[in-house]
Amino acid sequence: MLTPVTDADGAPFWRYAAQGELRVQACTDCGEPRFPPRPCCPHCQSFASEWRRMSGRGRIWSYVVPHPPLLPDYAAQAPYNVILVELAEAPRIRMVGNLVSGPGAPLNSLSPDRVRIGARVQVVFDGDGLPQWVLERP
Amino acid sequence: MPAVTGIKDATAIVGIGQTSFAKHLPEDERTLACRAVLAALDDAGIAPGEVDALASYTMEETDEVELAKAVGFGDLTFFSKIGFGGGGSCATVAHLAAAIAAGQATVGVAWRSRKRGSGPRPWTNTAVQLPTPAQWTRPFGLLRPADEIAMLARRYLHEYGATRDHLFNVALACRNRANQNPAAVMYERPLTREMYMSSRWISEPLCLYDNCLETDGALACVIVSSERARDCRRAPVYVHSAAQGLPAQHHGMVNYWNDDPLTGPAWAAARHLWKHADITPSDVDVAQIYDAFTPLVPLSLEGYGFCGRGEGGAFTEGGALETGGRLPLNTGGGGLSEAYVHGFNLINEGVKQLRGTSTAQVPGAATCLVTAGEGVPTSALLLRN
Repeated sequence: MLTPVTDADGAPFWRYAAQGELRVQACTDCGEPRFPPRPCCPHCQSFASEWRRMSGRGRIWSYVVPHPPLLPDYAAQAPYNVILVELAEAPRIRMVGNLVSGPGAPLNSLSPDRVRIGARVQVVFDGDGLPQWVLERP
Repeated sequence: MPAVTGIKDATAIVGIGQTSFAKHLPEDERTLACRAVLAALDDAGIAPGEVDALASYTMEETDEVELAKAVGFGDLTFFSKIGFGGGGSCATVAHLAAAIAAGQATVGVAWRSRKRGSGPRPWTNTAVQLPTPAQWTRPFGLLRPADEIAMLARRYLHEYGATRDHLFNVALACRNRANQNPAAVMYERPLTREMYMSSRWISEPLCLYDNCLETDGALACVIVSSERARDCRRAPVYVHSAAQGLPAQHHGMVNYWNDDPLTGPAWAAARHLWKHADITPSDVDVAQIYDAFTPLVPLSLEGYGFCGRGEGGAFTEGGALETGGRLPLNTGGGGLSEAYVHGFNLINEGVKQLRGTSTAQVPGAATCLVTAGEGVPTSALLLRN
């Protein structure tokens, strides 16, 4: 499987994720959250930022079900879902992820017909610190 | 100081050239590039030694030095490369038009040579090198452009009630035109609704026929000042308006982090394009709209102002995109059915329409919109004769 290739801006996200926390970068001066992380605030141009903890709740904005040809590790699990989650506290922050049956479960652990736009989801983390999502009401 | 008049009708495309298109061509990309460029110069009646400007995509593998050396260009005084893959097509012409209008060069060649049909596919290679922006998407299995656009397509279908039949209308219009074009990869391969609806998935909701062809081939065109164009072998096709578009808070093909991800780069390019044009969308006789994936067409129809927000699906109904329809589309077959050469075939097809030499000629076509890839930082041209 592909593992995140992080940069200086993105590394804190993955460090927090490894601790089981979903945090997003926010401007220390104007308070605006932003994603993906970057050096300065597009609203007020401040370089001061903090990592704000999120509840991990959100709704599915959209989803796809990829089929091969795919990288071998992914082809082995296809078809699987990839979802785009709108965070409850910051609807413009939409995170790409997978809807799974439970923490650490494979990409194809939930039948694609369980995925629908608007469904409420909750973040969980797999053993490697990758955020995953489960249905709030399974 | 003379007044700045911009690029409106200041330059014209006077030559086009292309190689054959196929899944596999034996020659390498550099050789194909040379053939397309020389064909375009011959079409224009301009000697290679007169070329002093070049433009292509950053993804072009044949660089300026190699091309200039191989085909025998003169001294180059302007060269430019446009980023973001298929978003760069129309900008190659736009950069040359701007350079020539500004006096930085006199004869420009834009080109694209690509062996995607027989070349490597990145998503079959386990040693793929991930760019860092991909840390937010690829680990989760959103691997290919088809997956990234399918995410927007699913939302689009959900939000506006568009259907797979609308996407089929796009695929069918392109295929029907390819069936009239002997140079098209899909020349003798008709498409039916049954074939479309029963084809295999690539990334649901996108099926096989929602995706462009993997093609080997090269194309080029020649741009000169409108004054010089009068002396060329062919009737000039004027660059009436041109634009690039990279909207605020954009993030590549995964444009998921702005207020409305369904409003992409086309909207940004369109604002500039129409502002500097004497015509409006209702004056466009024929359109060549970038079609790496079918959903890009309804999105672009909205972005370039042919219909309102959410109406792009319905716009495709009733044969609107077919010959004789409201907006004949991709008359060579487009990326879906002629060849996928990063959209450069759409530029040359636009020129053919305005010369009256298309294999699916729109009678009396006098204006043509050509667009580059929607979803990535893009570009567009309004051509007129």
